Amino acid sequence: WRRNHRNTSCVIMSNNMQFMLLFSRQGKLRLQKWYVPLSDKEKKKITRELVQTVLARKPKMCSFLEWRDLKIVYKRYASLYFCCAIEDQDNELITLEIIHRYVELLDKYFGSVCELDIIFNFEKAYFILDEFLLGGEAQETSKKNVLKAIEQADLLQEVRYVIKPPWEQ
Amino acid sequence: MSDVVEKTLTALPSLLSLDSHPGSAKLSSTSKLGNLIRGITELTSKHEEEKLIQHELLAIKEQVSSPNTTMMKELMVRSIYCEMLGYEASFSYIHAIKLAQQGTVLEKRVGYLAVSLFLNESHELLLLLVNTVLKDLQSTNLIEVCMALTVVSQMFPKDMIPAILPLVEEKLNHPKEIIRRKAVLALYKFYLIAPNQVQHIHNKFRKALCDKDPGVMTASLHIYLQMIQENPEAYKDLTPSFVTILKQVVGGKLPMDFNYHTVPAPWLQIQLLRILSLLGKNDQSTSEVMYEVLDESLQRAEMNHNITYAILYECVKCIYTIHPKSDLLEKAAKCIGNFVLSPKINLKYLGLKALTYVVQQDPKLALQHQMTIIECLDHPDLIIKRETLELLFRITNGQNVTVIVEKMLEFLCISEDDHTTIDLVGKVAELAEKYPLKYNEWFIETMNTVFSLGGDMMQPDIPNSFLKLLSEGFDSVEEDRKLRLFAVNSYIPLLRGEPGKLPQRFLQVISWVLGEYSHLREDLEPAEVLSLLAKLLDMKNSSSETKSWVLMAMTKLCKGGADASVTQEVSETYSSSLDTVLRQRAHELQYLSQDPELRARVLPRGSCGNFAFVSEALAAGAAPYKPPHQRQEELDQSKALSLEPYGLSLPISMSSCSITDRQSPTLLSMSSGLSGDTLKLDGIKRVWGREGYLAQREPVEEAAQVEVPSPIQSPGRQGEGDSLHSQTPTQTPTPEPEQEKQQLASSLFVGLASQSSVSLMGKSEPMPQRFRRKAKGQGLGSSFIANEQISSSLISPPSAVDNLLCNNLLDSNNASELAEQTSQLSQSLTTANGTCHAEAELTESDTKGCNPALRRDNCVVAAGPGPHNDPGRLTEVCLDSYLPAELSGLSHSEIAPLCANQSLNLSACHVQKEDSLILVVFIMNSSESAIQQIPAGEVTSYSVAVGQYSLTVKRPAVHVEVVGTVSYQLPAGTSQSLQFSYKVPLTSFIRPFVVSTEEYGTMWLSFSHDTKQNLTLINDNQEPLTATLNALKKKLQLHVVEVIGMEGIVACRLLQDLPCLMHCRVNAGWLAVWLRSPVPDLPDCLIYHCQRALQSL
Repeated sequence: WRRNHRNTSCVIMSNNMQFMLLFSRQGKLRLQKWYVPLSDKEKKKITRELVQTVLARKPKMCSFLEWRDLKIVYKRYASLYFCCAIEDQDNELITLEIIHRYVELLDKYFGSVCELDIIFNFEKAYFILDEFLLGGEAQETSKKNVLKAIEQADLLQEVRYVIKPPWEQ
Repeated sequence: MSDVVEKTLTALPSLLSLDSHPGSAKLSSTSKLGNLIRGITELTSKHEEEKLIQHELLAIKEQVSSPNTTMMKELMVRSIYCEMLGYEASFSYIHAIKLAQQGTVLEKRVGYLAVSLFLNESHELLLLLVNTVLKDLQSTNLIEVCMALTVVSQMFPKDMIPAILPLVEEKLNHPKEIIRRKAVLALYKFYLIAPNQVQHIHNKFRKALCDKDPGVMTASLHIYLQMIQENPEAYKDLTPSFVTILKQVVGGKLPMDFNYHTVPAPWLQIQLLRILSLLGKNDQSTSEVMYEVLDESLQRAEMNHNITYAILYECVKCIYTIHPKSDLLEKAAKCIGNFVLSPKINLKYLGLKALTYVVQQDPKLALQHQMTIIECLDHPDLIIKRETLELLFRITNGQNVTVIVEKMLEFLCISEDDHTTIDLVGKVAELAEKYPLKYNEWFIETMNTVFSLGGDMMQPDIPNSFLKLLSEGFDSVEEDRKLRLFAVNSYIPLLRGEPGKLPQRFLQVISWVLGEYSHLREDLEPAEVLSLLAKLLDMKNSSSETKSWVLMAMTKLCKGGADASVTQEVSETYSSSLDTVLRQRAHELQYLSQDPELRARVLPRGSCGNFAFVSEALAAGAAPYKPPHQRQEELDQSKALSLEPYGLSLPISMSSCSITDRQSPTLLSMSSGLSGDTLKLDGIKRVWGREGYLAQREPVEEAAQVEVPSPIQSPGRQGEGDSLHSQTPTQTPTPEPEQEKQQLASSLFVGLASQSSVSLMGKSEPMPQRFRRKAKGQGLGSSFIANEQISSSLISPPSAVDNLLCNNLLDSNNASELAEQTSQLSQSLTTANGTCHAEAELTESDTKGCNPALRRDNCVVAAGPGPHNDPGRLTEVCLDSYLPAELSGLSHSEIAPLCANQSLNLSACHVQKEDSLILVVFIMNSSESAIQQIPAGEVTSYSVAVGQYSLTVKRPAVHVEVVGTVSYQLPAGTSQSLQFSYKVPLTSFIRPFVVSTEEYGTMWLSFSHDTKQNLTLINDNQEPLTATLNALKKKLQLHVVEVIGMEGIVACRLLQDLPCLMHCRVNAGWLAVWLRSPVPDLPDCLIYHCQRALQSL
């Protein structure tokens, strides 16, 4: 209908995450993952607006906020903000737990993760994210299994790394 | 765990001193990326950063194009980093694809990552990836297969799906579960972007659902959720499987790996709950399959962790979506209570969201939490406020609409977010349009605020439908005229003020209304309106669209003569405008202003031009216009069977039809669930507003005001009424802010308790039970009586036996002292229904033949041998004479024999006193010997003992049953007892309640229990309303407070001081009665007696 009503009565959408952003307290983007196709311009605009909005929130405030027609779920871990966009019908609490599980995964992988780990190894953070969430859906929620998959891929890399150079040089 | 993270992250030193940090050591601090990052952090200005990055990008560009670089992986990571900082590195996209294609496994991984970050699924370069994916899907290296599946699940060109589909399908049989799982998710992605491509493999989805690995099964649920959402009917057969899976998960049967903080597979649980709610919606038999597991989920989720709340929330939603089951609903409602009352703000928010969801089915739930809702309305966090408004929007009815709209407008003033503004403005407009006729001025004022706040952002159809409403009008010509006149009156000052500040849309509305209706205001010269409008044309920021509206309005207004100069000037200016539309309008203005005759033909006054043709065609029998979506909907409806048995066959009064017809059908379905009873209220004069009764504040327009003499009351009663009033629960002193909140509460939640809203929702039987649930008093709303009784029948089973005279019996010391006495008589009164409370009259009555053996502190008065010695001839008439003297003057009911045995004869009657109801029990000894009673003394042969008990009602029932036992001892020493029961109609406890109309108004709002019903009107020679009210007054001892026109208000009280208010309105040959009281069941019982009283006439 015309006025874009939240039709909570019938539509239950899948918990499809629209995007996930990680940014620092200074507003620097540390990670971005978009699960919906958007133009670069749009992405930049969204990021800028959201970072501003979230940073302006006070600590005791609700972890959810309405933004355009989306719901933003965010949580601050030390100097890093983890911020996800979901649809209005989705479950905010479970999204909060998705963030938390991701932080747990990072923590286990890096061993007491800090912002620097993510800055310098952001591609690793992406690999972990892709193993945990696929297309915006939680695909593997077991900490052990996610890290096993990552480590296997890492191992292959490192083995090749060691073995390869003598042959190639 | 999170503490650990927090701690380590907090311990983080500033970015500049990171060399020594272990985290940075992991990746070579000498790497180029490290250098880049460090370089950037050392910069101070954005300009420097830009320079550095551009330099960096140039370097990368140079290196990637060199034929045999070994640095590809690192270069790609650096490009990703630059892109993240917001700098374009599109030259590297093709290299990312190349890297994924040709690189070693380690490079491939980064290549794929870069592709997934750089490109989206519509990017043309993605086509180049198809071959790579094909190759990798066939690789023997598991990691390569995983990478290919991962990228495919994130993005893949739609048209190329057939190329890789067979390979992905094949992976469903892969021995490794991680591959199977990723393949399922890839298929899910395919299903989302191109459902018809995967139609033929639905059976494979079933296989995935039955996969032995729970992870694969979980992944397949994504597809099922999607498919069931589109067509629930096709998957009903899977319900038992889903239920079984959920049962196993909840029961902890999954491997520990799936636990999340000791909660078994929460994501899986939530997914299943969503699927179940889709399957059970509007389907009783399917719903029944899941009740048990839902109950279990509610119970299992006890742990106090966010994740359990997430599951509970989903569970509650499911319970309220599927076919209702009362005890589950009750538990779910309790659960929502936990959310709403939680001190954690996130949970509170979710609680509000859940409430918003469920009030659509059960508006009364909002009542339970009214105080919390009010607190949330003032919450400093806007999102809480916003969600509360959303909740209020869904419980809006004709009575609270003004308050709710006011709150929404308040929020609009502080909100800065465009999306919120648009959404809220739309909602306010919707509400205002829904209840326009009730408050003309309010409607126009609200819409004015909407137009000024909504500005040019709001949906264009808001002004359109507003104008349509104004032009089509309602049923009454007079009302329409007033409404339009009010609009004109409100616009003139706006134009005189600073019209430049008004949004364009608003100016367009104003021009149109002035063009059509400014003639309604007689003191307003058209010339003045014309000059005001002309001013708009000169404003710089007026858009050409606005100008064209203004010109059209001027065309309608100009009459020649004095106006000619203004119009002439304007039309000359714009007839040379570059804008063709404006030029056209200017020419129209020019010609029509010069030719009044032509003007009158083209633009006849009153029937707003455009619609004249339509109404003529309609009169000639043409079908009314329907918007396309409505046509489509009707088409669908005629094809499909109506699944809602009672939803559409409700009698809706004509006036409400005419209102709803104007709205789109979707609005009708949106609003009908909520507005329920209010639909019928449309077109009714506003008598009760949020401040209570409005008779004094609003001039009564109808002449039919009838002065009704107030019932004859003794001055004593009058005083008593007043004192009673001061005892009503709401009058208890409360702190000032609290009172304010309560007032707000009563104005917000008014009308929610009415049961008639049930019927309009199209839901059937089990609803009333749900609606019976009352507040579990949180100690906040004093208007609530804490009462957990849930009963749908009026007669509740016997409970709460009050043993009144237990003192007498338990005085065993007494008994032993009087051991020589041989007979014992004691009485105990109990009540059936658990509703009656009797008090022993402690007054010593000096009845005739007073027995000397009488004990002072006893209620039972033993009377000596009466004048009639023959027990057989002892009739009620003669028992009359045993009535205590102080009662004999009052009217009493017939003395009815209760029971008898060989020695005792019991009779009873009740006497209505002003402030009490006295039950008089006559105990007659019909035996030869005296009967001893302890402690009352002895009843000698053929004499009568009289007991008096004052009765009050604790919980109302249609009939109050008093149950009593008389225990006594015969001279022989055998103790005996005799049981009796006595029924008193509730009406005996009803007394008139004298209040003023004002007091009535305040009380009305604070009472939470209500019922509505239509009663038959008495049609004798009198005016029917007065006649009916008088009859009720006579039969039931009600007090008629006031009669105004077709409405009357009546008050009564239940002994001692429980008020019940009654609002009567004559409507279509019926007396629509609405009863309200702070006491549960009292309205229901009273309506029964009203019915009976009118039937027996």
